[in-house]
Amino acid sequence: MSQTNYIGKALNRVDGPAKVAGTAKYAAEFNVPGLAYGYIVNSPIAKGKITRIDAAEVLALPGVHRVFSHENVPMLAILDRSYKDDVAPGGSPFRPLHDAEIKFSLQPVALVVADTIELARYAASILKIEYEAAPHETDIETKRTKGFEPGRGKTGFTPPPPPRGNPDRELKNAVHSIDQEYVHGTQHHNPMEMFGTTVEYLGEGKLNVYDKTQGALNSQQYIRKVFGLSKEEARVISKYTGGGFGSGLRPQHQLFMAVLAALELKQSVRVTMTRQQMFSFGHRPHTLQTVKLGTNADGTLAAVQHHALHETSQFEDYTENVVNWSGMLYQCANVKLGYQLAKLDVYTPQDMRAPGAATGSFALEVAMDEMAYAAGLDPLDFRIRNYADRDQNLDKPFSSKKLRECYHEGAAKFGWEKRNPAPRSMRQGNMLVGYGMAGGVWDASQQKAGAKVSLSADGMLTVQSATNDIGTGTYTIMTQVAAEYLGLPVEAVDFQLGDTEFPAAPVQGGSWTAASIGTAVKNACEALGEKLLKQAQKMKGSPLEDAKFEDVEFVNGQLRLRLDPGQAVVIRDIVQASGETKMEADATAAPNLLKQQGYSLHAHNAVFVEVQVDEDLGTIHVTRVVNAVAAGRIINPNTARSQVLGSVVWGISMALMEETVMDHQFGRYMNHNYAEYHIPVNADIHDIDVLFVEEEDDIVNPLGVKGIGEVGLLGVAAAITNAVYHATGRRVRELPIMLDKLL
Amino acid sequence: MNSFTYTRAEAVEAAVREKSASDQVKFIAGGTNLLDLMKENIERPTRLIDINHLPLTQIEASPEGGLRLGALATNADTAWHPEVEKRYPLLSQAILAGASPQLRNMATNGGNLFQRTRCYYFYDLATPCNKREPGSGCSAIGGYNRILGILGTSESCIATHPSDMCVALAALAATVRVTGQNGERVVKFEDFHRLPGDTPQFDNTLQPDEIVTAIDLPAEDFSRNFSYLKLRDRTSYAFALVSVAAALQLDGNTIREGRLALGGVAHKPWRDQEAENMLRGQPATEDTFRRVAAKVVENARGYSHNTFKIELAKRAIVRALKQATEGQPVTEAFQNSNP
Ligand SMILES: Cc1cc2nc3c(=O)[nH]c(=O)nc-3n(C[C@H](O)[C@H](O)[C@H](O)COP(=O)(O)OP(=O)(O)OC[C@H]3O[C@@H](n4cnc5c(N)ncnc54)[C@H](O)[C@@H]3O)c2cc1C
Ligand code: SF4
Repeated sequence: MSQTNYIGKALNRVDGPAKVAGTAKYAAEFNVPGLAYGYIVNSPIAKGKITRIDAAEVLALPGVHRVFSHENVPMLAILDRSYKDDVAPGGSPFRPLHDAEIKFSLQPVALVVADTIELARYAASILKIEYEAAPHETDIETKRTKGFEPGRGKTGFTPPPPPRGNPDRELKNAVHSIDQEYVHGTQHHNPMEMFGTTVEYLGEGKLNVYDKTQGALNSQQYIRKVFGLSKEEARVISKYTGGGFGSGLRPQHQLFMAVLAALELKQSVRVTMTRQQMFSFGHRPHTLQTVKLGTNADGTLAAVQHHALHETSQFEDYTENVVNWSGMLYQCANVKLGYQLAKLDVYTPQDMRAPGAATGSFALEVAMDEMAYAAGLDPLDFRIRNYADRDQNLDKPFSSKKLRECYHEGAAKFGWEKRNPAPRSMRQGNMLVGYGMAGGVWDASQQKAGAKVSLSADGMLTVQSATNDIGTGTYTIMTQVAAEYLGLPVEAVDFQLGDTEFPAAPVQGGSWTAASIGTAVKNACEALGEKLLKQAQKMKGSPLEDAKFEDVEFVNGQLRLRLDPGQAVVIRDIVQASGETKMEADATAAPNLLKQQGYSLHAHNAVFVEVQVDEDLGTIHVTRVVNAVAAGRIINPNTARSQVLGSVVWGISMALMEETVMDHQFGRYMNHNYAEYHIPVNADIHDIDVLFVEEEDDIVNPLGVKGIGEVGLLGVAAAITNAVYHATGRRVRELPIMLDKLL
Repeated sequence: MNSFTYTRAEAVEAAVREKSASDQVKFIAGGTNLLDLMKENIERPTRLIDINHLPLTQIEASPEGGLRLGALATNADTAWHPEVEKRYPLLSQAILAGASPQLRNMATNGGNLFQRTRCYYFYDLATPCNKREPGSGCSAIGGYNRILGILGTSESCIATHPSDMCVALAALAATVRVTGQNGERVVKFEDFHRLPGDTPQFDNTLQPDEIVTAIDLPAEDFSRNFSYLKLRDRTSYAFALVSVAAALQLDGNTIREGRLALGGVAHKPWRDQEAENMLRGQPATEDTFRRVAAKVVENARGYSHNTFKIELAKRAIVRALKQATEGQPVTEAFQNSNP
């Protein structure tokens, strides 16, 4: 094993020191000279129109530059197309400050720009805006029978497959069956870093835009199309992102506002959202689901039916894959899946960590637990009995699938065999103890992406790609990939991202970054490797003179013969010998469709949970979690583990705490702050154990990685719900399970 | 946030004089509540008087044999003070069940008394609220009221007082020392906060020119059998849905004297002296506790989302009294785990 084998090593975050020392700068921390500050004003009503804006008093305040609203926004792009970003759903995107119409509560209606943030904020508070309210509808309960099937609006959306077998008849004939509804409310992403954009005005309409986003190129394309800017005029930079979880996939209002103000005022402008304003855009939609399951006498599934209805806005049809998973996680010949949307006077929902699957796996996996009890089977046994070796939705084998190993290894680690199956049968002191389990499946996808590498004569390798690192570890693992493929120490590798000047990359989402950018980096390194070999062969007395690329390897700073490692050239010397200051290569990578077309590509997990519930008071504590994940090859056990730990915390939050509460009188979210929108604190988190069951898979992509940012969340909320049932005998079917549901 | 002027008070008399000038003048102590409210445009003082330099940070023996807590002693210093820990551990426990270490380092004892409700509507200027804007209506009664009151509510307001510390102070029968332009007065803790009635804009009975200088704890000893039980939606850093401060003096298994106060259920820390009387002379058994608990919530009224609090309060009272009896203020490993 050489010193420059990095893939699979638990390297610490390369961006860690900068983050700890505070030198990592986020979008709202670029203090360019002459900066003005914008503050967004939001609508107090959910529907209606603005009848009057009186800015006189505000404009009279010394230090206030301008109040932007629909009344004075210049002519911008006309077509909907121009407002559609890369991941926009079907429909007509919301255009900030476009007209007097109010479409949702907290809608941005004006921007006040002033010398200081304090002044802008004060001025915004006294801006007089009059509204004429119209009746709104924000309650999905009123839409139960009014759902509609969406078209193919959005990238990544797959409408449910048509029914297979005879799901209605088989459900009716089943020996045991269940039919239940599962609900969760609205959830907001709430990454730590609030949305902010600093626009540096460089003169003559030229801008440097520091944006909080999960995709610098997506932000760039949006502002280019909306404001008619060229690529050169609108450089977007996003070096660090303080959490995304999907909230930064689409450009948010503050980007529009900051660019508008900078172009109009010909001045640098920053606009940041407050925590309260973080509730003014996308969210995981309030979803109603019905699952019907039936089993045969031998405990195999006779029928699976899963239907979901969730909210969307009046103007866009947000879609996610909620029910499809139920046709592929278990073997079943009779399946019926349904998926509908309902329009409400809210903002368009937005992908939130494992969109669709987090929702769908909650319903399916609680239903599976109910089914296991109804059939008198152990929930784990029941799942193994119905294990799917093929993806029946696609009728294809999996490229790799070690879910069975996840079940077994997870159960062993957890001590599942100690479980007494009867509800309310296990106790510890005052507390009822419950064990629950669940699992999930998530896409292993790869998108087209590019990367560029440049090796300098002093042996430093710079790698660039326009991707983002939303805290997931992209900086670190790409450094590892590049160092490994070019045989350089990681200290000699500088991976740079988040700049639209770099080779194109997709938004960071869908857990596809490791696969997509990783493959691009590998390809670029190999392209450079070939150049290095050619150059090395030109060197006087080169020991590699007759070597082919397959015959050499890049190890420990040397280019050498695989079979005769003594025959080597120092890589740095090759660049020096070239007479240039650096040698460069770039490459793109796209999925190998030919290789993949015969397979279903997915990652899986199995989660085991122990809860303790105070019988009298209803308080719930998740005391132990084991999450076993099969997601291909693990590039870095540290960053991968962190992703799964974060997913478990996210799942605990989803199960027990998170809900954005809508008051339908006002059509307004009422707990729109961090004090009352609860997420777990340290005291809520106990033992979390992460297991990786590695899979070798050269079909998914050349690196064999499947992505790890989302799969770990699947099943967590369901496993907790199931454990609560086991502890208390109470079956809760609506999240979050707050203590009043157990009294 | 509005512009305001800032002055620093060096003496209590001067502070009181300045304060009486207008109701747009506010004292600022730790600022942990006032600044938030100013940023939300709920409080709009034109002038702030910084009282942090007043000589009111002492924690010392009171002439009556109890302990005097300076209004400007921080919540953290109070909770960890050796005399408080030894003689009034109920108070320590209650303080430590609240907020976070960072906040408790800033928050003062005086400020804690004045913290305002956490009612969602009070915080959102887009919705009517009688407490924020008298006469505008109460959005919570017909809205989302899960966290709000069940006892002593009115047609105008069902808000709760969110403090933990004050619940313990109520149970311990503390008194509040107040100075105004007309000199000093002493207010019984139960008379300090008020019920909303039809003037929910007033949280307490302090006069506009008055300042709290200290809180006096009486000499009585509840240091052996006590419990502060706080129930909330996460283990730490959340306000109480229901909290109970229970304190007992026992002769063997017989209750000589009992104290009981509840948080998260009313516009003020809810002390029920009739229920306390029912404890006197009774055996410290679950049966007794259940009867007392039923008495406390006898006149409780639930609203659309908070009816569960009635049952929860009953169970919490029983549990807290049980814990107090057993001398195990915290039996449940995960409660109040944020000191
Ligand atoms: C995120 C968060 C979580 C919290 N969680 C909890 C919790 O779980 N439990 C809990 O009990 N509390 C909690 N708190 C509230 C906290 O305890 C109070 O904010 C704090 O006690 C207020 O004290 P202060 O000194 O900062 O008051 P300030 O904010 O300075 O003042 C508050 C009010 O009191 C007035 N005032 C202050 N001192 C005096 C005086 N001596 N005389 C007359 N008037 C005075 C001021 O004029 C002002 O109107 C939380 C607060 C925050 C921000
Ligand atoms: S309960 Fe009180 S504070 Fe809440 S909205 Fe009603 S009046 Fe306002």
